Amino acid sequence: MSEGTQILVTSDRDVVTARQQGRALALQAGFSDSEATLIATAISELARNIVSYARQGTVTFKSLNGHKGAVGLKIVAADSGPGIADVSQALRDGFSSSGGLGLGLPGVKRLMDEFDIASRVGSGTTVTVTKWRT
Amino acid sequence: MQVPILKQGHVLIATIQAALSDADLLELRSALVHQVVRYRSEGVIVDVTAMDVMDSFASRTLLEISHMIRLRGADTVIVGIQPDVAFAMVQLGLTLEDIPTALDLEEGLAYLQHRSKTIN
Repeated sequence: MSEGTQILVTSDRDVVTARQQGRALALQAGFSDSEATLIATAISELARNIVSYARQGTVTFKSLNGHKGAVGLKIVAADSGPGIADVSQALRDGFSSSGGLGLGLPGVKRLMDEFDIASRVGSGTTVTVTKWRT
Repeated sequence: MQVPILKQGHVLIATIQAALSDADLLELRSALVHQVVRYRSEGVIVDVTAMDVMDSFASRTLLEISHMIRLRGADTVIVGIQPDVAFAMVQLGLTLEDIPTALDLEEGLAYLQHRSKTIN
């Protein structure tokens, strides 16, 4: 799995597939049910952002081996959509550009241990999150 | 994945049995709102015990269901939110606002019965 498993996300069905795959990989890596649910929820939000804002993209999973036997799961949600004009605004709670509950990015950040976002208007968004096993 | 809706007296019970896509959730919303009208139901229970994840879309749709049904004069209770799912919802910053929740189907029914007694 170190090569990474990639899921193409183009519809709301794929959102379900991505989070189920993420949960399965998390459990396989020894995460607890509770941690796996946090991970699956984060994936659901990220994958839905892809479908809602970019129409298509990919979710890639990669297992990590850190020092002192630390085990983690890295998830990369990437799209070539419109991108986010003001990333810091999108990371603020309560901000939404579509009148809904927002991109859910602050929430995703709370669910995971590490969070990184790279976005450019017109060329897409890549969100990278990691959860470490406790 | 269609969600079966059972009619029991004046209550409709929708039991989610597997992971739902966004489209499935919207379909459930429309089915419930129509059936509440059709059967003149006084209460609706949505059993989410089998839901693997309650993300922002699912929470928002459940809120909408509850608000629409309230406009018909009926109450909605969400039952069976799993502990792990509840934990993730809180971390994500989601609440079901004013929708009543109950541990399971039995408590959900008891809640609705109590409500209708108080009103009548």
